[in-house]
Amino acid sequence: MSILINKDTRVVVQGITGRDGSFHAKKMKAYGTRVVAGVSPGKGGESIDEIPVYNSVWEAVHTKGANTSIIFVPAAFVKDAIMEAVEAGIKLIVCITEGVPTLDIIEARRYATLHGVQIIGPNCPGIISPEKSLVGIMPGNIFIPGHTGVISRSGTLTYEVVQNLTKAGIGQSTAIGVGGDPVIGLFYKELLQMFQDDPETDSIVLIGEIGGDAEQIAAEYIKNHITKPVTVFIAGAAAPAEKRMGHAGAIISSGSGTAQEKWKAFEQVDVPVAKNPSEIPSLLLSQLKG
Amino acid sequence: MKIHEFQAKELFEQYAIPTVRGKICKDQDSAAIAYSEIKPKAAVIKAQVLTGGRGKAGGVKIANNEDEVRQKTKEILGMNIKGNIVNKVMIVPAYPIKRECYLGMTIDRNKRCVVVITSKAGGVEIEEIAAFAPQKINRYLIDASIGIPDFKARNIALSLFDEMDQVKQTARVIQNMYRLMLEKDASLIEINPLIEDDKGIIIALDGKMTFDDNALFKHPDIAHLAELSDEEIKENEAKTKGFSYIQLTGSIGCMVNGAGLAMATLDLIKLYGGDPANFLDIGGSSNPQKVIEAMQLLTSDPKVKVILINIFGGITRCDDVANGLLAAFKQIKISVPIVIRLTGTNEDEGNKIIADSGFIRSEDMTQAIQKAVELSKI
Repeated sequence: MSILINKDTRVVVQGITGRDGSFHAKKMKAYGTRVVAGVSPGKGGESIDEIPVYNSVWEAVHTKGANTSIIFVPAAFVKDAIMEAVEAGIKLIVCITEGVPTLDIIEARRYATLHGVQIIGPNCPGIISPEKSLVGIMPGNIFIPGHTGVISRSGTLTYEVVQNLTKAGIGQSTAIGVGGDPVIGLFYKELLQMFQDDPETDSIVLIGEIGGDAEQIAAEYIKNHITKPVTVFIAGAAAPAEKRMGHAGAIISSGSGTAQEKWKAFEQVDVPVAKNPSEIPSLLLSQLKG
Repeated sequence: MKIHEFQAKELFEQYAIPTVRGKICKDQDSAAIAYSEIKPKAAVIKAQVLTGGRGKAGGVKIANNEDEVRQKTKEILGMNIKGNIVNKVMIVPAYPIKRECYLGMTIDRNKRCVVVITSKAGGVEIEEIAAFAPQKINRYLIDASIGIPDFKARNIALSLFDEMDQVKQTARVIQNMYRLMLEKDASLIEINPLIEDDKGIIIALDGKMTFDDNALFKHPDIAHLAELSDEEIKENEAKTKGFSYIQLTGSIGCMVNGAGLAMATLDLIKLYGGDPANFLDIGGSSNPQKVIEAMQLLTSDPKVKVILINIFGGITRCDDVANGLLAAFKQIKISVPIVIRLTGTNEDEGNKIIADSGFIRSEDMTQAIQKAVELSKI
């Protein structure tokens, strides 16, 4: 098993005729994902790499049975795209777009939650269950199937960590980039619980970063609810205060949100923290053996 | 993006939040003229700077006559408050305060909604109340699907005032603040203090606002209020070229793809005893022009003694990145050593392409960083 996506995931690509949308639609299809439709209002009837394009998500859901959406539309249209997907009956929305206004996401996410729809992102690399499905922009070739779940606020840093895992022979059940924005959809708590409940996952890697206190809350949650071993890395220990480190959410403000307080939160609940991402595989293996 | 108190108060007026605007003055003479409308009452002279804690730094003073207004304006203008030089002050009449409290509105990242924060202990910084008397702070989560209906506004206002007259006035302030927050995509609105004056009127005596940078495209009227420091101008220039750049103080210039990996690179530089000169995320492209622009940015800093390039080829393949680097370095001359680490998709091909380029290559992130640290100390 895997979490969130599997071989039955049927993907619609919102914004499929844009540069990123068409590029990644092809990549996902080549990886083996069932990309059943694309949406681009006004371009209905066209096709991209034999993927049919529709004018609305509703058509994609009712003609092709899409149940998951991936969004590449520009930031200004993301709120609308999420609400359209929710109303059309999509159950999981992965939003890749960067630069979405925070209040737009708050409003769209609230509407999604009221309808029982889950969101990953925005500003994220998506989800992969190796050799089953890729709903995102991750380079599929560095992942191998296995039993470690990965949750990360970052993109390339996730690839760095996963490559280390793969080289050490540690495969992944599912890897999720939750996104680097201040407000995002599914986050540590929900995803930790899904991995805890997934019989195929035996361990979890959590890659956090500075800003906010979600890692501290995750540490508390791990202590009370997670029995599988967790290994952590936090990016941004060297970051100056009051500066946004590339991600909109990665900022130390009024002295809080530092890597040091996050390390402490995990160490207090006996979750090992790697100070160098290359230490993650050995920290993970020593817990699995112990 | 932050704005000044006087700018926040202009927005308050537009949204029917009662406030005292005062006059903006850049010298003693205009301060004296502003005071002529206030006298014989006392005036408050407030530094206009884009940072908190200005009261504690001496940036807010009371003056009882024109001489004092001139004297205190002179003292405040030119003051350095946390790195911000004061070049304008606001002159307002001193208000008879019966009660003062705190009213703020911001984003709760974990609950993923707007949160209204109130405290009866107004006038001091909220961080201070949070540290010493957290029980005096109330938090109200706002459901985006209903906003702040009358009952909710009333209930929040009841945490600040007991008399229905003041509760009603405050409830209206709260609803107007929320409208301002949504319509202008603010990420913070803070009124500290919100006061009840001697006649029972509720007034926003101070105003602080921050806006969501990602939403400025919707609000040209807000975007043009920006007052950027030299540092921010450099960072914004980088942004228009498609990368995110932050100047630091060390000697190792860094070029990395992806914000998380860039942060981790800085962390490891420090872990191994070095000092990074900057944070630079060049994003996901192998475009030679982008590399050239990034290199020009790095080498414009005379402190840089070594350049470290750390690239994870994901969707952008390493061979493309390597070709981009070669093309870029044909066009520019760099006099400092360059340590490069390329990994990920097609890393073997990529490393072959740059094998004879004179770069110091490393396949391992830790080794590359240790090498750069070593070179930075020569």
